[in-house]
Amino acid sequence: MLSFWQSSVGKKAAMGLTGLIVVGFVLVHMAGNLQFFVGPSKFNEYSHLLRHTLIELTWIVRLVLLAAIAVHITAAWQLTQRAKAARPVGYERRDAQVSTYASRAMRWGGVYLLVFIVYHILHFTTGTLHPAYDEAQAYGNVVIGFSSLWVSLFYLGAMALLSLHLYHGTWACLRSLGLAKPSSNPLERRIALIVAIVVPAGFSLLPLSVLLGIVR
Amino acid sequence: MNLTLRVWRQAGPAAAGAMREYRAEGISPDMSFLEMLDVVNEGLIAKGDEPIAFDHDCREGICGMCGMMINGAAHGPQRLTTACQLHMRSFSDGETITIEPWRATAFPVLKDLVVDRSAFDRIIQAGGFISAPTGSAVDGNAIPIPKLDADDAMDAAACIGCGACVAACPNASASLFTAAKISHLGSLPQGQPERSRRALAMVAQMDLESFGGCSLFGECMEACPKGISIDTINTMHRDFLFASATKRDVKEWSGGA
Repeated sequence: MLSFWQSSVGKKAAMGLTGLIVVGFVLVHMAGNLQFFVGPSKFNEYSHLLRHTLIELTWIVRLVLLAAIAVHITAAWQLTQRAKAARPVGYERRDAQVSTYASRAMRWGGVYLLVFIVYHILHFTTGTLHPAYDEAQAYGNVVIGFSSLWVSLFYLGAMALLSLHLYHGTWACLRSLGLAKPSSNPLERRIALIVAIVVPAGFSLLPLSVLLGIVR
Repeated sequence: MNLTLRVWRQAGPAAAGAMREYRAEGISPDMSFLEMLDVVNEGLIAKGDEPIAFDHDCREGICGMCGMMINGAAHGPQRLTTACQLHMRSFSDGETITIEPWRATAFPVLKDLVVDRSAFDRIIQAGGFISAPTGSAVDGNAIPIPKLDADDAMDAAACIGCGACVAACPNASASLFTAAKISHLGSLPQGQPERSRRALAMVAQMDLESFGGCSLFGECMEACPKGISIDTINTMHRDFLFASATKRDVKEWSGGA
């Protein structure tokens, strides 16, 4: 197990597996959020379900996600250090030929997403950074939270980076786990594209609808 | 053609290097890139200067000796082409060309554009042997091999070990090289007995040589003069994970004890 973790391939596999767990989570989280558009009572009910009725399950999910993200970040950090050490003297000129912008934005985009996740939890889960938090009124919390232009813009920025992270990550995690089939038009590329569009778009509907005054 | 070259000059492994500018005049567009450097070197020698050192051998794109960063791309602007097979018609008259050695901790610069790629040899060594009988050649079809498997193995075996994958990778990763070697033998029946051991040992050696990890940027595949696919990296990961999970062959690895 130790030699597995010490290997760069082992670390990538760990990043792939933990990444896949979080991809699964954001899909469910986004789908759950869409109940916002059914109406206040449905959304508050959903919040009550997660925070009270199914609280044990919620905690299991929270702990799994926390562990996954901790492993993901540790491996990412160590691999970044490894990559830096692998080329201490850079080129005077090296042009990116085919790598996608998404792949090159993984590291700094990941840092932005980490900051976003911490803020997001303090904003809507604990309410610490929310101007008028009421645990029983999840719907109202969303509307009030997103009526601030700056907060909404920060969320939308995070969703743009989430899209990039998912586009490269969903594709790469399947390959890091050796699950891809050799192909000139890989299936996991298409899956990644769909995930990278659907998930951030679904999340973004909430701040957008509040900002545009569609939902009050 | 008249060109301006900006070339990395470094007297020795421990010496400090710098970019220096040279004129390349009266170059024919039909010359190869290395022939153009030969012409520049003749001029330098005539002037009593030290010629630009670069690796080369077969000059027909199959030995893997030559390789340099040309205008920010490993082996220059043409796809599926080594520096020796790159022709000056790929450049325009009056152009300034930047020429640098491969840059990686695992590939220390020996002189000018020459780097030490022994790390690749040690990865190959770590792969060890395959259980093939020696002696007279086996009958051609004694071991049936599905056509697609033979194709996969051949595609991976096309690797000439030039190091362009490492040079082009933002992480300076040797994943494409190691993966090509692992999936070459792993695709064939003859490579099965040591398949797991080979994957573990070659990956371990690759890490030991201070190469970076794979981020699946895809730059290696584009730089590879033999067009080796990053699908091989998927195979390497699969073999490594399978070997780590099952610990197959590890007993044999320690000499069967």
